[in-house]
Amino acid sequence: MNAPQERDFFDRLGDCTGALRDWIDARFPMTEFWEAHVSKYYAPKNFNFWYVFGGIALVVLVLQIVTGIFLTMNYKPDANQAFASVEYIMRDVEFGWLIRYLHSTGASAFFVVVYLHMFRGLMYGSYKQPRELLWLFGMAIYLCLMAEAFMGYLLPWGQMSYWGAQVIISLFGTVPFVGEGLAEWIRGDFYVSDITLNRFFALHVIALPLVLCGLVLFHLIALHTVGSNNPDGIEIKKKLGPDGVPLDGIPFHPYYTVKDTMAVAGFFFVFFLIVFFAPEMGGYFLEHANFEAANPLKTPDHIAPVWYFTPYYAMLRAVPSFFGSQFPGVAVMGAAVLVLFFMPWIDRNPVKSMRYRGPLYTLLLLVFAAAFLVLGWMGVKPVSLALSEWAFRLTEVYFLFFVVSWLYSTQRAAGGWLRSALVALAVLAAIDAARFSVMGELVETFHYLMFVVPGGMVVTFLVLPVYTKLNDPAPVPDRVTH
Amino acid sequence: MDARKFLLALGLAFASGMASASGGGAGPATEPSHYDLENVPSLQRGAKYFVNYCLGCHSLNYVRYQRLSQDLGISEDQVGALLFTADKATAMMKIAMPAADSERWFGRTPPDLSLTARARGGDWIFNYLRTFYLDPKRPTGVNNLLLPSSSMPHVLAELQGYQTAVLDEAGHVTGFEPASPGKLSAEEYDGVVRDLANFLVYVSEPAQLKRMHLGFGVLFFLAVFFLLAFLLKREFWKDVH
Repeated sequence: MNAPQERDFFDRLGDCTGALRDWIDARFPMTEFWEAHVSKYYAPKNFNFWYVFGGIALVVLVLQIVTGIFLTMNYKPDANQAFASVEYIMRDVEFGWLIRYLHSTGASAFFVVVYLHMFRGLMYGSYKQPRELLWLFGMAIYLCLMAEAFMGYLLPWGQMSYWGAQVIISLFGTVPFVGEGLAEWIRGDFYVSDITLNRFFALHVIALPLVLCGLVLFHLIALHTVGSNNPDGIEIKKKLGPDGVPLDGIPFHPYYTVKDTMAVAGFFFVFFLIVFFAPEMGGYFLEHANFEAANPLKTPDHIAPVWYFTPYYAMLRAVPSFFGSQFPGVAVMGAAVLVLFFMPWIDRNPVKSMRYRGPLYTLLLLVFAAAFLVLGWMGVKPVSLALSEWAFRLTEVYFLFFVVSWLYSTQRAAGGWLRSALVALAVLAAIDAARFSVMGELVETFHYLMFVVPGGMVVTFLVLPVYTKLNDPAPVPDRVTH
Repeated sequence: MDARKFLLALGLAFASGMASASGGGAGPATEPSHYDLENVPSLQRGAKYFVNYCLGCHSLNYVRYQRLSQDLGISEDQVGALLFTADKATAMMKIAMPAADSERWFGRTPPDLSLTARARGGDWIFNYLRTFYLDPKRPTGVNNLLLPSSSMPHVLAELQGYQTAVLDEAGHVTGFEPASPGKLSAEEYDGVVRDLANFLVYVSEPAQLKRMHLGFGVLFFLAVFFLLAFLLKREFWKDVH
């Protein structure tokens, strides 16, 4: 047999591509990289719906960068031209309206996806040993994303861009001693001006995206070093087959590449539904007041940041000023973000997934998520006495989540739970006493009644473990389940 | 305190928060306008009314005459007839009145209306133009229900005529009564104002017609793509478990 003559076109094409691959591999670790991070990166086989958001976040990041590049080609970072240049993009640039809506919807989508991704981490304990640094990189991404979104929102130079920036920068001004100088340093001026717009543009289009991409890279390197967590919270690397491959692991490619392709298609369906049919999303993604050009002489009646900041904004507004300073509210707002960084050291329960931590822990997560969502809704509404009292109580619920998580790190004796509950109630009462003393005549009966919200949470989560089995852990299985 | 009373207090606290958050209605000024962007003749009439009645004082600084002719099917000749404030069809719909003068005359420069519909909504424009009423305390002789102390005179009075406000005991406007008739009946006037609102909604985002038509195609593609991706995923995942 003369085998070489029977080789067809595709065999020879395969030889060529193989030769090319060898040529590159001799000079650059292409195949090695592909295998280490994609085709021989073993991920747990039991990922559920919640595990698609990391990949989607990466897709949105790329979308934001690409659309951002095209917007930069026509946008003018100049206080006299910025607003008009955005309208020029919307009207005269070929498909400019689409590029702009992709970018504005992408900003909100980024936060939706990142919030779901973070909540996934909370549910399955993805921040726990050995993934603490992975979580910290993720939190740094979140912080960077907030700065990126905030600075990007100034660029259209509408009324909300302007006054939103004015309010948020002035928050830095409340920091004792250095505040005024700090706010001035951020603005580069005594008020938000053309100078501020220029520097925010520079930070938004190059400085922060560079940091963001670097952090995403670190996040992924850390992930691939420790391996992915999964809904059972079991380390698949502890059960290896004879070939050294985790028994519960499957190669990322093709299994998760096809699954994520499907997920991205599903995400894009919803995303484009908004882009094409409701790009303003009822005033939540693009605020109505922002279709009026910035006017430094006309303060709007009601200033609200975009929805992804409103949970924190609601907390800020709910804290009364002490000794004429708004700083306590700003500190609470900052603490609400920073406390998340410490999650790996707050929750030290050895069981990772909520699946095996008892119903109370699942309820705790739901209460936390609900408080965050309702606070977000409150943050867009004009302030009122009742609303701000509710917001304060939900702020307490938000922080109690971390307190209870910390206390849930170990199983306690009855006395331990009850003592913790009493201390928590005493601290809450002390906070109310301090708060009501500065609020003076504004305090009504219902302010006292509302103590039942955080009080009820303390009783539910710290007393029920004594009298019920609701906080008893379930046995963690040896291998992943489906 | 018993539990029921307590829950009631909590509920009230929440409800009062909701009520103050949603804001009160403006009574007779909240009629839906039922504008329809697919109704091209209405948009064409709106453009005509705008040029005739509004463009003296209100600019559309972000809109080109040419764009109107392309989007609304207005021929070159007709656009030529609309060109009151420019000599080229590619020009923006600017006004000749200097801002400093108009501020002296009216107390405030009449705003550019390119984006008013996006900031306020088409229904707001519709109701704003319907709720001018006689008020001798105002320098223009009229006041407006949606924009109290508006510095705008009732420009469309020759069409609508003048009306007086009907007040309740608390001094809130509950309705209107005709004072002197205009050229049009109430229904005809509503039609004119609806066309204007429709036109301004279109002008605030000319891409919106194209946007929705393109959207259906994109969503159809994504639905098919999702289905294929799902089938591919199912095929690959057969050997897992």
